Amino acid sequence: MNEKYIARSSAVASRVLDGEIVIMSALDSTLFSLSEVATIIWQAADGRTPLSEIVQRRICAEFDVTPEAAYRDAEAFVEDLACHGILRVANRPISDDEFDVAGVTAGASVPGAASKT
Amino acid sequence: MSLMQELNRKALRLGVPLSVHLDVTYRCNEHCEHCYLDHDDHGEMTTAEIRGLLGELADAGVFFLTLSGGEPLMRRDCFEIIEYARSLRFNVKLKTNAVLIREKEARRLRALGVEQVQISVYSHRPEVHDGITKLPGSLNRTLAGIGFLRAAGLKVTLANVLMRSNSRDSNGVQTLAAGLGAHYTLDPTITPMMDGGTSVLRLRLPASELGEVFRNPNLVGDVESFCAPPAPVDDDVREGLPCSAGHTACYVSPYGDLYPCVQFPLPCGNVRRQKFLDIWRNSPQLAEVRSLHGKDLTTCSSCTHLGSCTRCPGLAYMEGNMRGPSSADCEKSFVRTGIPSAGMLARGRTTLPAPGLVQIQPL
Repeated sequence: MNEKYIARSSAVASRVLDGEIVIMSALDSTLFSLSEVATIIWQAADGRTPLSEIVQRRICAEFDVTPEAAYRDAEAFVEDLACHGILRVANRPISDDEFDVAGVTAGASVPGAASKT
Repeated sequence: MSLMQELNRKALRLGVPLSVHLDVTYRCNEHCEHCYLDHDDHGEMTTAEIRGLLGELADAGVFFLTLSGGEPLMRRDCFEIIEYARSLRFNVKLKTNAVLIREKEARRLRALGVEQVQISVYSHRPEVHDGITKLPGSLNRTLAGIGFLRAAGLKVTLANVLMRSNSRDSNGVQTLAAGLGAHYTLDPTITPMMDGGTSVLRLRLPASELGEVFRNPNLVGDVESFCAPPAPVDDDVREGLPCSAGHTACYVSPYGDLYPCVQFPLPCGNVRRQKFLDIWRNSPQLAEVRSLHGKDLTTCSSCTHLGSCTRCPGLAYMEGNMRGPSSADCEKSFVRTGIPSAGMLARGRTTLPAPGLVQIQPL
């Protein structure tokens, strides 16, 4: 399995409100409200921790889910957030200054996140 | 319910100031004839003070941050402020005249992740726009700035304040916006000066021309619906709040003064002397603003327009009573529907004065 690394985009605004994260993309002004699991992945997206480790340590440890199913869902989630320019996904660790705010495309719906343009 | 409505409802329930409008300066390179500000610098907050304030706002839960002025780019540290705000993950909207924006500035705003830029454009005709701004060549410079912003990929909104001198130009500005790939928003509100001066109110659009605006489908959409008689007032309306001012939003001046809204000059505290959250939570003035519900309003509580009026508590405050009617909004409701407001009836009027004598009431 190719390891995946995820980093939060510098082009988004985010705030924790009543324990939930609200995110707005500066690229397409889409507003997202993340579910509990999605919030965990978002907060752990530091560009250095592999996605598999985030799933194992943060999700499988807290929720009754198999590692395979959790990873599959997490992978779909991060790919979809990447389509909105909210996360960057790479096969190697991502440094803080790597995210190109213009280099993204808008796209699919995001499992685990409600959105409204 | 949309996510934005959910967000606002949650912020209201939690007492979170979701949106803050921060004017970083009142200085400006334009001197618009209708502007309500004193452009002299009477001791703006320093860079360090603004950084400290932004940290407090982030801690308080502020998500939407509007940076404006004056002309915010008149501050040499404007980009430093924006950069710091973005590092704190605010959704940043910049209000500017774009005169000082060239390719470099536009690209930097984009790189910083500014969500949108709102730019005042008064007319598509240079002689009219420049006549209002008192800055020769300003329309061409503003349009060039908008071009750079659009080329950089930024979302731009053209804000078209309508008044006597540009009353015929809304369609022209709308066409201009479409050509630039920008959004368009229209505002026929001229606000009294922050110091209470009312001289600028003479510039307000006459009622006859306001009526034309309200019946222009390009500006209001479905005219029949927009100008329809108000729906009966129900308990939701009577229990409802006038607007977000003081509830989920507030305004901070370049001098650190906190008000419920940029259009509501009721001093509630100063962030140089108090923590932002202390003022937000404990200001008696904000408590009074928050106590206002439709049913509590003087005169307006019995008005047929209560549920649909754009009544601004700030404009009412500037007329002497935040619980009372705002005559400008009474006029809008009347011009829109042909039905006199309770405020007009209380003043013994069922018609508006002839154009030229104006709708404006002495404050």
